[in-house]
Amino acid sequence: MLTFIIKRIANGLLMLFAVSFLAYFLMHLGAGNVARLMLGLEATAEAVAQKNHELGLDLPFFDQYVNWLTGAVQLNLGNAWSMPDSVAAILFPRLAITLQIVSITTLVAIVVAIILGTLAAVYGGIIDRFVQFIGLLGFAVPGFLVAFFLAAVFAIQLPWFNAVGYTQFADDPYQWFRSVTLPVLALSFSGIAAASNQVRGSVKDALEMDYVRTLRARGLSFQRVVYKHVLRNAAGPALSIIGVQFVGMIGGSILIEQIFAIPGLGPVAVSSTAMSDIPTIMGLVMITAMIVIAMNLIVDLLSAALNPKVRLS
Amino acid sequence: MSNKKRSDSLALKVLSNPLGIASVSIIVAFILFGIIVPMVSPWDPNVPDIYSSLTMPSADHWFGADSAGRDVFTRLAMSTRFSLMTASVAVIVAIVCGVLTGLIAGYFGGWFDNVSNWITSIVMALPGLVVLLASITVIGPSMWFSMAIFGVLMSPAYFRLVYTTVRGVRNELYVDAARVAGLTDVRIIGRHILGVVRAPIIIQTAIVASIAIAIQSGIEFLGLGDRNTPSWGAMLNEAFMKIYDFPILLVWPSITIALISISLVIFANTVRDELERTGPRRKKVTAGKSSAQQAADDAAEQTIVHAEGAPKGKDLILEVKDLAVGYPDGAGGIKQVVHNVNLKIHKGEVVGLIGESGSGKTQTAFSVLGLLPAGGRVVAGSIQFESEELRGAAGKSYDKIRGGRISYIPQEPMSNLDPSFTIGTQLVEPMVKVLGISKKEATTRAIGLLERVGIPSPTTTMKKYPHEISGGQAQRVLIAGAVSCNPDLIIADEPTTALDVTVQAEVLDLLRELQKETNTALLLVTHNFGVVADLCDYINVMQNGRIVEAGGVVEIFKRAKHPYTQQLLNSILEGGPGRGKYVAPKGN
Repeated sequence: MLTFIIKRIANGLLMLFAVSFLAYFLMHLGAGNVARLMLGLEATAEAVAQKNHELGLDLPFFDQYVNWLTGAVQLNLGNAWSMPDSVAAILFPRLAITLQIVSITTLVAIVVAIILGTLAAVYGGIIDRFVQFIGLLGFAVPGFLVAFFLAAVFAIQLPWFNAVGYTQFADDPYQWFRSVTLPVLALSFSGIAAASNQVRGSVKDALEMDYVRTLRARGLSFQRVVYKHVLRNAAGPALSIIGVQFVGMIGGSILIEQIFAIPGLGPVAVSSTAMSDIPTIMGLVMITAMIVIAMNLIVDLLSAALNPKVRLS
Repeated sequence: MSNKKRSDSLALKVLSNPLGIASVSIIVAFILFGIIVPMVSPWDPNVPDIYSSLTMPSADHWFGADSAGRDVFTRLAMSTRFSLMTASVAVIVAIVCGVLTGLIAGYFGGWFDNVSNWITSIVMALPGLVVLLASITVIGPSMWFSMAIFGVLMSPAYFRLVYTTVRGVRNELYVDAARVAGLTDVRIIGRHILGVVRAPIIIQTAIVASIAIAIQSGIEFLGLGDRNTPSWGAMLNEAFMKIYDFPILLVWPSITIALISISLVIFANTVRDELERTGPRRKKVTAGKSSAQQAADDAAEQTIVHAEGAPKGKDLILEVKDLAVGYPDGAGGIKQVVHNVNLKIHKGEVVGLIGESGSGKTQTAFSVLGLLPAGGRVVAGSIQFESEELRGAAGKSYDKIRGGRISYIPQEPMSNLDPSFTIGTQLVEPMVKVLGISKKEATTRAIGLLERVGIPSPTTTMKKYPHEISGGQAQRVLIAGAVSCNPDLIIADEPTTALDVTVQAEVLDLLRELQKETNTALLLVTHNFGVVADLCDYINVMQNGRIVEAGGVVEIFKRAKHPYTQQLLNSILEGGPGRGKYVAPKGN
């Protein structure tokens, strides 16, 4: 098990390194004359050269990358081009908010999906068709349309929740709840749809297993077999879909945060993109890659922990 | 040629499916909308007109006008044209990249294989939207370019599809045969492999198109698309600014995106469903008959019952009368798989239920346990266990009978143990529930039972998971579980079939010993007369869902009357007369 963990962590780090090199290479290859862009057309050639030197863009590509990487491993991602601040100072506080929204969304999605998927698999009928219908909608309808709908109905027509803004939980728990509910719902919709159908499928598979019949033949009730044995065996496949959905949520959160004006990574990602702020976007790429790789690692470890065949080897 | 015919009939089937035709119609309608409306509309989608700013739908402006007074209907048509065209770029790039690399990696394997797998996992490490933001940062906003990059990001979906198919097809006989016939690699790929992956690619394409549309509108909504071209996302962006005063503007692009995306996904699902339906059918429960045919057969067929050999003076424990088991036939009717089965078991008696697979013997056993597979139910007759009617008994009262009074030994040892729990947990849990003893007591008891059934080191085995023990040991564990709560009747369904021959004999010995020790009644379901001869007092021979002959073990072996019984006997007796002709089941 320990070798397995070490192997997976090493693999994740290698992957992160590959992503960083590829992203850095591609982003600086196309960067063009950034100094000229920043200083405007009237700037003198000396000023442009001076700016290029300041930005480190006059160095050979490989040196630039090594400089960046040396900083990056110390969490120093350089200075932003569109704001007078370091990339780390811009991204990390906002990352906390995004991670909070995405984690709550993941939890909500897991809980709702387990309940809906299990009910659908066990009882069939209307609830089953409902789950399949939600699955179709959640797969086809983009999350930001759900966000518009929720904002229009539950924040504007009915003033139940906040349409824009974010309040820290520590400042005012009630306002915090009003500000995160709609973003979390909008973001969780596709996750719930996908995960509940996955849970439904794996519970259905598990229900047909021979050991379910044998355990019932020993006198255990249907409910007990479902709650203890079926769900336990259905957890593995459900977990992997949660991992996939999580990646989608990180991307989706950019849109959702923009819609609900939540000061997470979303708005800063949009403005940095519009202003060609390469260091900030490079930082964003690295942060998301790190989160995704870490999440995959967690999912792998959890599935291994759930599966005695892997756990014991 | 046969490939062509199959895909034609698939297209026909998809179009004759109501959901299929509806989704295709919606997609075609939007394509036509995007092509025709901008040509015939009197409005210029880009020219502002302050006098019609924010007007509701009217005869002039069918969908109203936006904040700049531009006609929403025309703008929506222009957006549809632009969005569908740019989304096509993503789809085409994804297909070309994915299919080509998939074909090469799958067909030639080797280093290409590993490299593309690595690239796939790197691509998967980033959400598509983040990669697109990075590309826009560097290149600037161009939806054509963004969609091309997104196509590359989506290509792993095709890559995996083609790759696995090619890998599978590559080693199949017909490709070898084609090679022998002198066809070149290119022609082999063209003829056989593309034929196989075509339908899955259609499905994947519909899905990729819907994802591309979603992400494209998202980018445009963020204001990072082409500035001067009308697009769904740009319309959403403008409408979002007016969400408080004029929310109807949000409705049109939202509905368009939702309708097209849902249609694409429904189309993909329909093609998949039809593809599965045309594929090889799933194996159905055998020995089914319609009810009318059934009645006629019932009259014709009588069970041959040998008067001698029936046990006398013992108490009846299980009596099954005129049992019929049926499954829904998918057309609203019920297909019977067990007909008029009569079965009696007395205290301490070992009764055999013998027949070939599909004869209904396992279904009979499951109905006594009340554990028929999903859809199955007892449609006629009665099951009396110690004078208690079990047919239609409530779940709770059945839970009290199972385990404690009737227990079960399954056929396949490995699949009948839950892989996620230890042997100990699986033995202890039912004992605590059924016998009402403490966990500690149950554990001690379980260790004793494991020792009794011949498990070498019971204490360590308790802590083991099913995959850590052998099939023979697993079967012993299951036998221990079946006897753990002192049942009055054990139903053993082919308890030795899945085991090695040497282990079979040991397990049979164990069953016989345990039965003698506890004087439990045993219903032994098997296809093997050898097993029956070894253990049983009384035998029921089952064929085609009914009992054709029943009698004491000596009677059946010496004076079998039914041709099917004779045939079964002939097939096992060593040194006996040669095997008889196969007797086809009646009614087939």
